[in-house]
Amino acid sequence: MAKSAQAVRTEPLAGRVSGSAGVQVTPAAAAVRVSLRADPENAKALSKALGLELPLKPKTTAGSLPGRLVAWLGPDEWLIIDETGDPLSDLRKAKVLHSAVDVSHRNTAILVSGKGARATLESGCPQNLGDAVFPVGAASRTVMGKIEVVIIRTADTEYRVECWRSFSTYAFDFLSESAKDCLA
Amino acid sequence: MSGTNRIKGKGRLTPARTVRFTFDGKALTAIEGDTLASALIANGIHLTGRSYKYHRPRGMLSAGPEEPNALIDISRDAARRTPNVRATVQEVFDGMRAKSQNRWPSLAFDVGGINNFASPLFAAGFYYKTFMWPKAAWKRVYEPIIRAAAGLGVSPSEPDPDHYANHYVHCDVLVIGGGAAGLTAALAAAHAGAQVILCDEQPETGGAFHHDTDASIDGVPGWEWAQSVTAELRAMSNVKVLSRTTAFGYQAQNHVALVERVTEHLSNPDAALPRERLWQVRAKQVVIATGAIERHMVFANNDRPGIMLASAARTFLNHFGVAVGAKVGVYTACDSAWAAAFDLKQAGVSVPAIVDVRMDPDPALVARARELGIEVLAGQSVLDTSGKLRVKSMKVGRASGGSRRDIAIDALIMSAGWTPSVHMYSQSRGKVVWDEPSQRFLPGRHVQDCASVGACTGVDDLADAIAGAAKAGHAAARAAGAKAGKAWSAPKSATAASWAGSMMGSAGGAGAETSVKAFVDFQNDVTAKDIRLAVREGMHSIEHVKRFTTNGMATDQGKTSNIHGLAIAAEMLGKPLPQVGLTTFRAPYTPVTFGAIVNHSRGSLFDPTRCTPMHGWEDAHGAVFEDVGQWKRAWYYPRPGEDMHQAVNRECRTVRDVAGMFDASTLGKIEVVGPDAAEFLNLMYTNSWDKLEPGRCKYGIMLREDGFIYDDGVVGRIAEDRFHVTTTTGGAPRVMHHMEDYLQTEFPHLRVWLTSTTEQWAVIAIQGPKAREIIAPLVEGIDLSNEAMPHMSVREGRICGVPTRLFRMSFTGETGYEVNVPADYGEAVWKALWARAEPMGACAYGTETMHVLRAEKGYIIVGQDTDGTVTPDDAGLNWAVAKKKPDFVGIRGMKRPDLLAPGRKQLVGLLTRDPNIVLEEGAQVVADPNQSLPMTMIGHVTSSYWSENCGRSIAMGVVAGGRSLKGTTLYVPMPERTIEIEVTDAVFIDKEGVRLNG
Repeated sequence: MAKSAQAVRTEPLAGRVSGSAGVQVTPAAAAVRVSLRADPENAKALSKALGLELPLKPKTTAGSLPGRLVAWLGPDEWLIIDETGDPLSDLRKAKVLHSAVDVSHRNTAILVSGKGARATLESGCPQNLGDAVFPVGAASRTVMGKIEVVIIRTADTEYRVECWRSFSTYAFDFLSESAKDCLA
Repeated sequence: MSGTNRIKGKGRLTPARTVRFTFDGKALTAIEGDTLASALIANGIHLTGRSYKYHRPRGMLSAGPEEPNALIDISRDAARRTPNVRATVQEVFDGMRAKSQNRWPSLAFDVGGINNFASPLFAAGFYYKTFMWPKAAWKRVYEPIIRAAAGLGVSPSEPDPDHYANHYVHCDVLVIGGGAAGLTAALAAAHAGAQVILCDEQPETGGAFHHDTDASIDGVPGWEWAQSVTAELRAMSNVKVLSRTTAFGYQAQNHVALVERVTEHLSNPDAALPRERLWQVRAKQVVIATGAIERHMVFANNDRPGIMLASAARTFLNHFGVAVGAKVGVYTACDSAWAAAFDLKQAGVSVPAIVDVRMDPDPALVARARELGIEVLAGQSVLDTSGKLRVKSMKVGRASGGSRRDIAIDALIMSAGWTPSVHMYSQSRGKVVWDEPSQRFLPGRHVQDCASVGACTGVDDLADAIAGAAKAGHAAARAAGAKAGKAWSAPKSATAASWAGSMMGSAGGAGAETSVKAFVDFQNDVTAKDIRLAVREGMHSIEHVKRFTTNGMATDQGKTSNIHGLAIAAEMLGKPLPQVGLTTFRAPYTPVTFGAIVNHSRGSLFDPTRCTPMHGWEDAHGAVFEDVGQWKRAWYYPRPGEDMHQAVNRECRTVRDVAGMFDASTLGKIEVVGPDAAEFLNLMYTNSWDKLEPGRCKYGIMLREDGFIYDDGVVGRIAEDRFHVTTTTGGAPRVMHHMEDYLQTEFPHLRVWLTSTTEQWAVIAIQGPKAREIIAPLVEGIDLSNEAMPHMSVREGRICGVPTRLFRMSFTGETGYEVNVPADYGEAVWKALWARAEPMGACAYGTETMHVLRAEKGYIIVGQDTDGTVTPDDAGLNWAVAKKKPDFVGIRGMKRPDLLAPGRKQLVGLLTRDPNIVLEEGAQVVADPNQSLPMTMIGHVTSSYWSENCGRSIAMGVVAGGRSLKGTTLYVPMPERTIEIEVTDAVFIDKEGVRLNG
């Protein structure tokens, strides 16, 4: 069988930039993503395989990008994002019961950063994103406008918005519109 | 000069800062900070519009948001025009164009004014009584005429060029209202360490201090105190002060909607600014400090331009420096109008008389009036007024009789007392309580985490209001969990003049024995007489009176009229007022623009548009798209000169002769993982999954509990503990939820997890005799031979160097593959496949061709050939129902007697006797075309197409007992002809399935 040319990857938001004086809205780099489901009793073994402690408290994360970041999404659900390694093969080493599903291409992410980042997100997200309840390192699956997203606070004025691929145009356009009145 | 009625040295505006505007085309000058109302009065204009029903000349009644009368059309340019803007709220900006409404041909001479003379015809309930017959006329004649005549302003016809912003915010304490009480509460809460939002509807805080210049707090005049407190609040990092911001909706769990008018007052607003901001506040505690609204007096012809609330006249004087007239009469039942009279007199305005309905007003007030040279007429009434376009005189005397005299005036100010503004409290689902001593409805128990303070709770004394607000603000902060904070003490002393005294209902000379026009609701033109009529005609509940008369139903929500209306109804009914009840207050408190509510959700943001990874290629190759839910799916690919029919015929032929490529990415996909995955699928589907080996696929049917088909799709077993489930495009989210619901509630013992992978995979279907030849050179690591990879199998390998899950399956009846690749590779792999397919003569095909090809094979589409009342047996799919399984969702439903009864509608093929006739989907099927109407319908057509491959039309449908009717002739009666059809098998091509396994 003839060896064919490697297919190139076309990311849904490639080349888009937006924002305003107080906020930048940019597509995130490609990453490996895994939807991990397991009984939290098995968190220890899975943590060992992944090389970081699976967060067990609601709305928290462990690790950071561009390496490996794990966000708690539910009592038995985590989203792993990794821009450099291969969490799927790491998880294969864990012999405890779990489900690991590759969702690298299901999601895409948008980075929202700058003084007006929080106000930009608050334009579409009814959840409280204030420092007291959503500090750096917090993550939550929530809604933005008319779609579901996962918001991760990666730094004081930096957020990562994960959404499904086909909703990314809406998400990007919505954030661009919100950025106009980011109060910064 | 910014108007002849400005009084030098009065008011808080800076005279040098002038702005120009037009009113009905006339160029006028105002001062920055003027409302349109104050600017018009400064220029001697009281007449601003014609009333709703009788087209009576009207002017400003108030100086605030409660304004029922002065509704103006405001525009900046052709596209930025807003009807029904309250002149008392709209600030004048340079270049503003204002236009009066509801008048033709001109404001001063209005033809519609004839309604005033014909008013006996337009009594309450007029529409209900008059337009009853003939019935047909309602739709064609009455309704269009009424609609054309109704409404005040004309809605704009151009698209709104502005943008709007939305902000969800959370805080410890939200304070609604920036008067003395609200400011105090905010200050107390902020010093107690709480995160505070204070909103106030006016450009500047201060509430009643806009008009009341008698008050002082800790020795400082009230207005100055308010401004310095506001500056203090603005400087605090834990406080957000929002002015020009109205709280208009109090929803559940302290969710309060505010609208901030950002650019409405600016001459050249920065294009980057939103016109309005919607603030959706979620507050731990809410302090309601909404104050009180003055009521007018209800007497004959109380609606002439120049007749207004006393507090309004005082605001125009003390805040805007404008005298509402040169000779101002006063008619009151409340002390506060006296203060207005004194202020006017001291500013040099002539005040000929204060008419007070009370027999013995406060002697101190009387003495002060005498001192200022104002005549006091106690125990008397204003019995009537005169003046066509502006009040000219008032007729004064005792209602009981005796001498009367006309006093010349050019303005008349009035006060029937103050109504606590309980709108927000009532919206929070609190029930108002009647307070007998003060004759007012007041907030009762608060049902949400909120408190009311100040004048809206009926507190009359300023010092009491401040003390109560300080306590409530502090308590709110503590209740919200604020701990930090520094010592702060509330203002120690506060003094203000009395606002005592009130009356409700009609005043002397406008009682039940009269037939004068004494207006209760100015905006809807409801008089005291109308309310009495409603009671006489049997409306005994205030809710009925309200609907019959429309009292309080205009956009001002009866802020000035509700209590009067209620009192008049109660008097007529001979019942105490609280027994008649108060109508419910609903959001919005004041009108809100559609723009603020719709906000971002318009244009492309109205609803998400979902596109597949191959969308760009499809678009570039001329695809016409159809909407499937939120998805855009390629429908067909017309070549130059082809219509849809020709394109679909060509695509159908090409797939069966050569091959076709189809974008199936929108199919729902769920990864089912875990040791109990097969057991879970056994419970969710009618089929049995135990024996399905890894690498094989199966068509599955999913039922609801009631035994009817819910969804279908092909499921591939990837590994012992891993299944790749597909669902219909439209069913993807609900099937996922359906499965998750059962997993969590019915089968929590199963060790299995579900993950949506719909968007992880781009899916390219390659169907047709040359399908294998097209993909073969690009595939690595998979033996594609018929023996190694037969129909209904799945393999993992690589295509174009990227991972793939390759399914051998078919929805066309041809040899077929569905290439699943990670979504970002979809476009590249599609292009690589197309580069092979196109030279072979294959085509790209869309959903229409997919529909035709599957119908040629009799494959159903859930939702088209089924409608939620079709069982597997009805659809001829009994083969897919496992006979030995003890349980699955729908197993009991399927055994219901009516689902087993003979004569159920069954899916069959329907062929027209004339092969060129294509039936209409949805058309009804009958056995005897000659029966009388209404005919007995025994079924209907579910799918119908022209089949180029069959050289004739084909159709499927459901027909009662259909399978036993094969070979018989039935009929489809249509308006123009009756079509003869034959019941057949539903497979029209390759009944043996040779092509499928080729």
